[in-house]
Amino acid sequence: MSCCTPPTIDLPITSRVAGEIRTVALVGPPNSGKTTLFNRLTGMRQKVANYPGVTVEQKIGHLGGIGRRDLAVIDLPGIYSFDSYSEDARVAVDVLKGNMPGTPVPDAVLLVLDSLHLTRQLMLAAPILSLGLPTLILLNMTDLMEQRGGSVDPLKLAQELGAPVAQISATKGRGLQAINVFLNRHSAVTPFQLPVIGNAASTRQWAVQVSSKTGYKAPLSAATSLKIDRILLHRIWGPLLFTLVVIGVFQAVFSIGQPMSDGFGVLLTTLGSHIRPWIPNALLQSLLIDGVWKGVQSVLVFLPQILLLFLFIGVLEDSGYLARAALIADRVMRSIGLNGKAFIPLLSAYACAVPAIMATRTIENKRDRFATILIAPFMTCSARLPIYMLIIAAFIPNRPVLGQFFGLRACVMLSLYLLGFLAALMTARLLKSSVLKSSVTPFILELPQYRWPTLGSLGLRLYDRARVFLYQAGTIILSVTIVIWVLGHLPMHGGTFPQLADSAIGKLGQWIEPAIQPLGFNWKIGIGLLTSVLARETIVGTLGTLYGADSATQSLTLQAAMRQDIHLGGAIALIVFFAFAMQCTSTMAVVRRETNSWKWPALQFAYMFVLAYAGAFVANQIISRFF
Amino acid sequence: MHKCKLNVLSELKVGHTAIVSKLNLPAAVQYHLMHMGIMPEASVLALRRAPAGDPTVYAVDGIEIALRRETAQSILLHTPALLVKEAG
Repeated sequence: MSCCTPPTIDLPITSRVAGEIRTVALVGPPNSGKTTLFNRLTGMRQKVANYPGVTVEQKIGHLGGIGRRDLAVIDLPGIYSFDSYSEDARVAVDVLKGNMPGTPVPDAVLLVLDSLHLTRQLMLAAPILSLGLPTLILLNMTDLMEQRGGSVDPLKLAQELGAPVAQISATKGRGLQAINVFLNRHSAVTPFQLPVIGNAASTRQWAVQVSSKTGYKAPLSAATSLKIDRILLHRIWGPLLFTLVVIGVFQAVFSIGQPMSDGFGVLLTTLGSHIRPWIPNALLQSLLIDGVWKGVQSVLVFLPQILLLFLFIGVLEDSGYLARAALIADRVMRSIGLNGKAFIPLLSAYACAVPAIMATRTIENKRDRFATILIAPFMTCSARLPIYMLIIAAFIPNRPVLGQFFGLRACVMLSLYLLGFLAALMTARLLKSSVLKSSVTPFILELPQYRWPTLGSLGLRLYDRARVFLYQAGTIILSVTIVIWVLGHLPMHGGTFPQLADSAIGKLGQWIEPAIQPLGFNWKIGIGLLTSVLARETIVGTLGTLYGADSATQSLTLQAAMRQDIHLGGAIALIVFFAFAMQCTSTMAVVRRETNSWKWPALQFAYMFVLAYAGAFVANQIISRFF
Repeated sequence: MHKCKLNVLSELKVGHTAIVSKLNLPAAVQYHLMHMGIMPEASVLALRRAPAGDPTVYAVDGIEIALRRETAQSILLHTPALLVKEAG
């Protein structure tokens, strides 16, 4: 399942009148709330989460949120300084210095600083102000600072820095009118003189001086985060709770999600049978109901379960727990030669590999970054859920394993996730000890304060995911089902349609069948494997159409039809195949973009295919022998 | 309050605070750490160790930063370090 592409907005390229502001850049240290502010200013909905490094490339929008649709605003990845340490930081520095092709130098800068840690954050003010661009300094999280007893004199700060300062709260939308005032004022700027350029220690000294002159009183650090960590990072409770959280999520996807999906499925089937009489032509009925509707519907039913999984991942990301999980997992990551930081992109790959691969830009070491990109598609993304759910619901009995809390179905599901994870670890180990060998890079991770996930942010994630899912179902899967239905009705003999097995699609399937027979797959699965190269969930739509078009299984549900058609060994082999195989054109495209070569995605595809084939073969042989 | 002859950050006991004297790390890493607040004369508190015993979480300048032992052992502390036992 690919992720939404950001809307393209043209940046003005003609030369500007002096003093006129047309593009504004949003700059600040990581996790200072730039993206929250960006969403406020533009009315757009970029992903916000509670860990450093959510934004890894520049994002562009219009300042519609404050009534200035004529201005473009660029959201940049967070940076600590201009010494570009990682890929994402380099993007920000390149844009600011005008070295980014296609992006003009911004006409003004909004520098977002977290008031809670103003002294440290001020270190970024020096290089930004020395750019000589009109700059407004926004002291964010003012509400939290006041709550915790911190204070600063913004007027004094403005004097010290020679730039206007405003206190805002991006989450609450407070103080944003200052941005309008700033943008309407066309004043010349005097370039700022840096104390000593490039030296962290002297910049720091300067920042300390400035903050003490402005009467900055740092707020008390949140005692709650420390208390929570005392349990969540506890020697015993920490890993135990981590495991419980993971198991709990899977069980919930089944015990809460399955009834929801089943109900949704019944609703969709009923809807289909109500539409059928309204379609005049029998052939059209067959195409629309047995072909398209059955195909698309068989994928759509999994929407509730996917949304539920996203809700859980969203809560973990927004609360700040993800960074703690990275800390707990650092030991494991170290054993495979990777950095604990790689764990964060890998965790987000459980939703979708595409943003995860982009998030690897926060990994400083290039070889580590490539290794992480190459193993990310092994993490069980949500596009695998439909086929997993279908096979598990059809073939695995609903039996308790650890009491009522953990059932056999959730257990099989968890094993599939573990299988993908182990394959990722093994592959990383292999890569890091051969082609991508490098010296150990330091693990430096900032642990954010815990925050309550906001309903707005969670709702937004679910909305975005639902939209992408429905879009995919309405485009790729819809087209594939139509093509399959048509090929299933050709060639005609004397005005009658062929049996499915004698049709063009049947012939194609039977032609590849010998290659997949050792895995326990029949020709219908073979066609499903072919179409799923576009996107993994397409196989479910394809199978829905094929079994719907076959007169022998037309009246059955997809689950029942599959139970009749393939044995347990083939079914398990199929989900093992999907655990390993790289079937996602969007992922391959993003790997090619991030590694700048077709070599890596091609290698990755071949490697994952071989692993998938071997894994499915072994699974089928073992299970067919014992069951 | 007691004196102690340990002088690298990795040896700092959990719950104790010390003053950084020098960073013996590659330039890029050093800059990165300094911008996060770990720099000479900064006061660092060892907050807790990860469940596996490494990395360790340090509190500096109001934020929490996790570092592995191999990084922390290249961060030198003032000796004799005045180690202040923090409550909790």
